[in-house]
Amino acid sequence: MGDVRLMKGNEVIAEAAIRCGCDGYFGYPITPQSEVMETLMARQPWEQTGMVVLQAESEVAAINMVYGGASCGKKIMTSSSSPGISLKQEGITYLAGAELPALVVNVVRAGPGLGTIQPAQSDYFQSVKGGGHGDYKLIVLAPASVQEMNDFVGLGFELAFKYRNPALILSDGAIGQMMEKVELSDYKPRWTDEEIQEISGSWATTGKKSDRERNISTSLDLDSARQEQFNHKLQAKYRAMEENEVRFEKINCDDAEYLFIAYGSSARISQKAVELGREKGIKIGLIRPITLFPYPTKAIQEMLGQVKGILSVEMSAGQMVEDVRLAVNGKVPVEHFGRYGGIIPTPEEVLEALEQKIIGK
Amino acid sequence: MTATTEINKIINEDNLVYKKTNLLLDNEMHYCPGCTHGVIHKVIAEVIDEMDIQNETIGVSPVGCSVLAYNYIDIDWQEAAHGRAPALATATSRLMPEKYVFTYQGDGDLASIGCAEIIHACNRGENIVVFFVNNAIYGMTGGQMAPTTLEGQVTATTPYGRNTALNGHTMKITEMIALLPGTRYVTRQSAETPAAVRKLKKAVRKAFENTTEKKGLSFIEIVGTCSSGWKLTPTQSNEWMKENMFPFYQLGTLKDE
Ligand SMILES: Cc1ncc(C[n+]2csc(CCOP(=O)(O)OP(=O)(O)O)c2C)c(N)n1
Repeated sequence: MGDVRLMKGNEVIAEAAIRCGCDGYFGYPITPQSEVMETLMARQPWEQTGMVVLQAESEVAAINMVYGGASCGKKIMTSSSSPGISLKQEGITYLAGAELPALVVNVVRAGPGLGTIQPAQSDYFQSVKGGGHGDYKLIVLAPASVQEMNDFVGLGFELAFKYRNPALILSDGAIGQMMEKVELSDYKPRWTDEEIQEISGSWATTGKKSDRERNISTSLDLDSARQEQFNHKLQAKYRAMEENEVRFEKINCDDAEYLFIAYGSSARISQKAVELGREKGIKIGLIRPITLFPYPTKAIQEMLGQVKGILSVEMSAGQMVEDVRLAVNGKVPVEHFGRYGGIIPTPEEVLEALEQKIIGK
Repeated sequence: MTATTEINKIINEDNLVYKKTNLLLDNEMHYCPGCTHGVIHKVIAEVIDEMDIQNETIGVSPVGCSVLAYNYIDIDWQEAAHGRAPALATATSRLMPEKYVFTYQGDGDLASIGCAEIIHACNRGENIVVFFVNNAIYGMTGGQMAPTTLEGQVTATTPYGRNTALNGHTMKITEMIALLPGTRYVTRQSAETPAAVRKLKKAVRKAFENTTEKKGLSFIEIVGTCSSGWKLTPTQSNEWMKENMFPFYQLGTLKDE
């Protein structure tokens, strides 16, 4: 066993960043994720790994610092919670448009507006359908444990650089604030200038050497024909993600007649509801999407021969359920169950919802 | 002897008194006749060339007429969202402290939508150079009011002239910036005569040298013209600038520590 500790989800994001060789973090305080920057500032990674940590004047500035840092071929991240993530949308679409790799963490709280600081999952649309303007997608990872908060920082950077696209960890206030056992990743050194040259030399703005053309980090092309071509290229990239990067977990699905589909905190609650249901003799399974984009559409479709109905469980008024319905395409009944405004449902409530909305119908 | 052979005799190495710097690319410039951006680009390119820091310099271009600055100066560039250039430059400079990093911004970009980013970059004392091109108008979007638009000045959104009661006061952001402890060198220049261009070039050189010495943020405002936005000829624009802008935006160095 490696370095096992009891830590908060938010602290683990910070620790994982340092350990995976992150070059820079830029953020602005907001509950319930302030521990990310607080942990970094206390750890002073600039002394240890040389990682830059800066408290920006706003989320707008922070995400644009991410753009600047990412343009240099560095591993750069930011974190925030819902209202702050809304402010970052401008920067996020520019990152996607300039094909820059970066990692954004959203520790979701309830909205709309200032809402409340309690956990929610009501930023699903914003995360997977766009959020900012233009046709773009983020790689969206949904951790359901403190361990995954650790694991997805490294994975997020890996995927971001693989596709030259921003990745988002869509967490929530529950996962960010709860303490759990976590096995921290081993330290990986930050990339050297030579490594950056090798990995990102064709586009990173590190200073123009005489043996190459100048590198320009931009999302602008005023020529519509070229802009359309560029959008084709982006779409091809998103199709490749759908082909290669879908991640999900199936729990008790082999003999399942009913299915919960839930991610993050809701998946944990639904897993408990599966247990309660099975004690009562109901054959329930759970599909837990780990990537929300690309979405595990096929995994859901493969279950359609055996299940009689599906309950999408999300701490929202019903956002992910739309993607479930798209996958199911009317073949079996699909309903949504959610609590929102910062309320976390109980497993009993979730099971009862299945019984009433699906089984009883 | 024909005229061409006569000219060819004159154009030779011995007689060479001026040569365009290689850093200024041959791409056709999109700027309007009389626009100051082109002259400022040239001066920046020359200084980077003369200091031999081409491979160490990263420019950050704004949203505004100079959004395509990266087509003209042969260095690595980042193109920022409107007003955010100082945030990009902050990260770039902190992640690569040995590099020369500059932003190039218009008055709408810097003094209006990007007001927070510039003030905080200045206040943190980022080790960067900022070029602030003040033409008292939004050039790119068709000549609307900027924070720097003078009282009474007619623009597309102040068709009866800027009215302080309605539109607020004309903003001297450079004076505000000079008050911030993070700035080391704050100067206001122009580029309408050869003498002014020479002075500007000295200021640009000094600003980049401050980067070498890690002396903090250097800020150069350049009061310039926008013939298309002002609806004047280039010559009239220079006259209008001298008559109306110079008395309000007084040229000279505000801070040099
Ligand atoms: C977020 C956003 N808002 C508005 C615009 C439209 N826009 C483009 S350039 C510009 C004004 C630029 O004026 P200035 O900074 O003075 O530069 P100039 O064009 O005069 O050189 C505006 C408002 C934009 N591109 N992005």
